Amino acid sequence: MKAFKYLSPKTVEEAIAFHGQHSETSKFIGGGTDVIVKLKEGWMEPDFLISLKKIEEMSELHKNEATQELSIGAMVTHATLEKSLMIQNDYPIIYDAVSNIGSLQVRNVGTIGGNLINAVPSADGAIPLIALDGVALLHGPDGERSCDVKDIFVAPYKTILKPGEILKKIAIPPQASNTGSAYIKFGRRAAMELPLIGIGVLLTLDETKEICIKARICLGVAAPVPMRAFGAEKLLVGKKINEEILIEAGKIAADESKVRDSVRGKAWHRKEMIRVHVRRIGLKCLEIIKNNS
Amino acid sequence: MEKILITLNINDKPCEVMVYPNDTLLEVLRDELDLTGSKESCGEGVCGSCTIHMDDKPVRSCLTLAMEATGTKIKTVEGLAKGDELSSLQQSFVDHGAVQCGFCTPGMLMSADALLKINSKPDEKTVRKAIAGNICRCTGYTKIVKAVAHAGNSQDHCPDCITFSKAKE
Repeated sequence: MKAFKYLSPKTVEEAIAFHGQHSETSKFIGGGTDVIVKLKEGWMEPDFLISLKKIEEMSELHKNEATQELSIGAMVTHATLEKSLMIQNDYPIIYDAVSNIGSLQVRNVGTIGGNLINAVPSADGAIPLIALDGVALLHGPDGERSCDVKDIFVAPYKTILKPGEILKKIAIPPQASNTGSAYIKFGRRAAMELPLIGIGVLLTLDETKEICIKARICLGVAAPVPMRAFGAEKLLVGKKINEEILIEAGKIAADESKVRDSVRGKAWHRKEMIRVHVRRIGLKCLEIIKNNS
Repeated sequence: MEKILITLNINDKPCEVMVYPNDTLLEVLRDELDLTGSKESCGEGVCGSCTIHMDDKPVRSCLTLAMEATGTKIKTVEGLAKGDELSSLQQSFVDHGAVQCGFCTPGMLMSADALLKINSKPDEKTVRKAIAGNICRCTGYTKIVKAVAHAGNSQDHCPDCITFSKAKE
């Protein structure tokens, strides 16, 4: 690991100011489970490493009781989300995704913001936040701006963040009643695995609990960046929901995906798994809606 | 680059040590403080042999900068035994033959110790989940899982193992 100076700002403004002083040669570090590996391998060689760990507001996880908006600080660890009863009960799709990232030792340190900013096609954390219509709040030298979580990703390892910009938090808008959501990380083994494919589904039904009024089908590792299967979502909205239509949605989602062959798996297998799991996870969403009422 | 003086709280003792900002906690533990129980194997957070506790939570010391460990409570495998007396978990590893080459053992012990603090009678599935981030290249998982699940029994012939094998017959 190349030598660097370690800076530990207490506020977001201070962190951005540090970066501004050495913009070419400084890097931010969150939990560090990805950054330390990059430093060790020499893929990243900063002169200044700016840690975001001591910025308290970035580690806050809370739900605004009045607006029902959930706010997840970018430095909230996967383990914090996994252990939160509020996340387990109200946002099962987040629990499904974060409880299977890396190992417990990694989840105790790794952060949801880092998972997004690292921008690997297989980021488990991204899929639920996209399905929940999450909005990312960015803070940089030019002030604050926000964007949909889906739009953070430009290409593998590349985000829309400008130099010196920090992902501060993710805001999840209130969820309608009769909403169910779930995620599956499909891989070859249960531990220490990257997904072969990641599938997140969110369904909202009308008061009769028969007609779908909102659908999100989000896929990881299905394209260079996390994607939504818009065609499959469109098919479901306004229709009576049952297994047959979920099978159809699975087929459309598989066709919409831009899967490819890689060392971990073949494109045809990934397509098959999208087809199968959109149906299964869709049915799980219906089960969740049924059990919650 | 200059070394910086930091204070680490390791196994309930404050330790003053000079570190470089790019030193990992694992390097400082092993090379500066002579606490060589924690092992380095993959060096990139995959194998679990460097597992230690930071504020009672298992983490990878190879992915932690020493400077980021200031102000936290660190526990290494050296902190499990009380003097010459092994902890019941360590004794259980001995009694169940859960140590083969021994390289993964410190990491396994730390992951298992963290589990037993929150669940003193874990079932097999819970144990397997808790050590999912620790690789044993000797593949001796069966005995490790038994040693953790039956850590309350320090006898030579573990009664739970006897009922375990009887139930199988």
